[in-house]
Amino acid sequence: MKVGLFVTCLVDLVRPRVGFATLRLLESAGCEVVVPEAQTCCGQPGYNSGAREIAKSLALKVLAEFRDCDYVVAPSGSCSGQVKRHYAGDLFRGAPEEAEFAKLAAKWYELSEFLVDVLKVRQVPGRFEGAVTYHDSCSGLRELGVKQGPRALLRQAGATVTEMAECEKCCGFGGTFSVKLGDISTRMAENKCVNIHASGARVVAGGDLGCLMNIEGRLRREGDTETRVMHFAEIIAGEA
Amino acid sequence: MQVQSMFFKRTSSMKLDDPVLQRNMKHAKGKFVDLRAKAIVEIDNWEDIRTHAAALRDRTLANLDAYLVEFERNATRRGAQVHWAETAEAACDILVEIARANGVKKVTKSKSMVSEEVNLNERMEAAGIRIIETDLGEYILQLANEPPSHIVAPAVHKSKEEVADLFTVAHGRSRTVEIPELTLEARLALRDHFLTADMGISGANFVIAETGTTLTVTNEGNADMVTTVPKIHCVITGIEKVIPTLEDFATLIRLLPRSAIGQTIANYLTLTTGVKGPGDSDGPEQMHIVLVDAGRTRFVGSDMQEMLRCIRCGACMNHCPVYQNIGGHAYGWVYPGPMGSVLTPVYVGIENAGDLPNASTFCGECQVVCPVKIPLPDLMRKLRERQFDNALRPWGERMAIRAWSFAVQRPKLYAALAAVGSRVAAWMGGKDRVIHWMPGADGWTRGRDMPAPEGKTFRELYRSRPSAKGGGAAISPSLGRGQGEGQP
Repeated sequence: MKVGLFVTCLVDLVRPRVGFATLRLLESAGCEVVVPEAQTCCGQPGYNSGAREIAKSLALKVLAEFRDCDYVVAPSGSCSGQVKRHYAGDLFRGAPEEAEFAKLAAKWYELSEFLVDVLKVRQVPGRFEGAVTYHDSCSGLRELGVKQGPRALLRQAGATVTEMAECEKCCGFGGTFSVKLGDISTRMAENKCVNIHASGARVVAGGDLGCLMNIEGRLRREGDTETRVMHFAEIIAGEA
Repeated sequence: MQVQSMFFKRTSSMKLDDPVLQRNMKHAKGKFVDLRAKAIVEIDNWEDIRTHAAALRDRTLANLDAYLVEFERNATRRGAQVHWAETAEAACDILVEIARANGVKKVTKSKSMVSEEVNLNERMEAAGIRIIETDLGEYILQLANEPPSHIVAPAVHKSKEEVADLFTVAHGRSRTVEIPELTLEARLALRDHFLTADMGISGANFVIAETGTTLTVTNEGNADMVTTVPKIHCVITGIEKVIPTLEDFATLIRLLPRSAIGQTIANYLTLTTGVKGPGDSDGPEQMHIVLVDAGRTRFVGSDMQEMLRCIRCGACMNHCPVYQNIGGHAYGWVYPGPMGSVLTPVYVGIENAGDLPNASTFCGECQVVCPVKIPLPDLMRKLRERQFDNALRPWGERMAIRAWSFAVQRPKLYAALAAVGSRVAAWMGGKDRVIHWMPGADGWTRGRDMPAPEGKTFRELYRSRPSAKGGGAAISPSLGRGQGEGQP
């Protein structure tokens, strides 16, 4: 089974260890993982900024890079949502490439979905004792229905999932929104931090680096240097 | 209402720092969200009803002209006069003219967002006609001389203390903050107006083609007083409000109050069909129905027609994390929240709508709660595309997108830039591993630190991975010469 790893631009640039954690999880489950080196970005920043043509050319680039893979996995609900919902569903709707993009969507999985639904992982390699609160990122949750998977995987690692209030509420990241309307974005992150602290957990996990950077950035600005902010892949791969 | 949407960013920042508004918004949020959540689980086929309602709205919109003509025919048959207003000005002209022709001095009005859209109160008053808002929230705002901040709960941004201050001045009674007493004060003040008005103006939640009926959904019963007591009843509403049958209303009314404020059904569903008939004990002698376009036909037949499904419940704003934090006034026109971010740019011109299409993280909550399944994020994205294509975003932002686009389509260049960027940003992070200020990202770093990168990119580390399983063989042959390489 040849599995393409879509690293995502944020993981590549900011948190390579999330990429390696993903790689470990896939390889330890017996997947042959390929990492096309020419990959850059799924195009979502352009797409959501109104630059439709740019988004289309990046979609074609992604399609070409992962054409030979049986599956593609990304440690991000947001990029996966872009590929699975918006390539065939919008950008190439009615175009000759639509069917190819539909095929890409069908073999493309967000990491927790792939581990739970396809690999049916029963024991993740990592061990983690302690309470973790989970932030549901919007795209993963509402575009893909990712909800129980990451929690189940965290429990497999031994973690106790302590739910925060409004765990499904947007953290305020929203890609370029976080810079364009920074004050509103910050307030949303602030609200999220209140709920994280109230949960009592000292670790907050999520499945999208954008949200995690936003949350971590606000926690640190508030002077909280203790609460750990991690991608669930790091925890379940044993890199926490 | 004057369009102030171009100041969205500045106004929203001010609203974030307004402690009274913040307290009022928090209070309202709990109510709206929790009550809706409870109300929709009472129905076991909520999703089926949504699907059915969306389809019924689409079917109506696909034949909008035919249903409108059918409505006109049936309303006329029952003695009403139907007027067509292409613009906001025309709508006001029609109503002012009806008032003048009948010597009207005082008008009572029940809640109508379309009347806010067309500046009706201003125009009536300029013509020397007194117009009294009778919805409690609108009544409060008329005293405060403020526009509504919410389409269902117009004064949601006001606390009872603020209302008490307004009432003390207006009613000349001793100040109270007890809500039942405040409500009684308003009732007493309004009762007089209800009985002495020469004309009543109402909005309409729907108009029904098969019967020629106009319909209001209220909780205060004020619409009944407005539509039945005065000799003249005028209705002002948008052309998209038409639905084919009474049965369709039965479907939509299951969704509307539940989505709006978690009510199983509203206190008053007021159906008005034509004028007072022979033998009727009450009802108006004249009924005028003003059907307003004012931008609606710009949606018809466009790739954004789904917006016209909207039944004005307000669920999208109630659940929007942006709205919840800034309230409705920041949006700068009649319609706030996600629905406003789509309607305003189309109604008033995208060049006057500033940041509205960008006032969303695309979290998707609005789409999930919308009773008629309007894909609001998709529609906002389409507006962003128009902004981008017409160079309506700031120069710096457009250049940033161009530069990013140039780099991400050239993997070699991108890898090099990422390697440098990652190192520079890691260095900027220092020993705390957070960046306190970043050029070009002030919007972020004003209120948050930026977690610093690790220092090397994934692709660099992967290439030098000692025990690379599959190693170089696993790397795509397109290494460094990606599909987009060399393309313009």
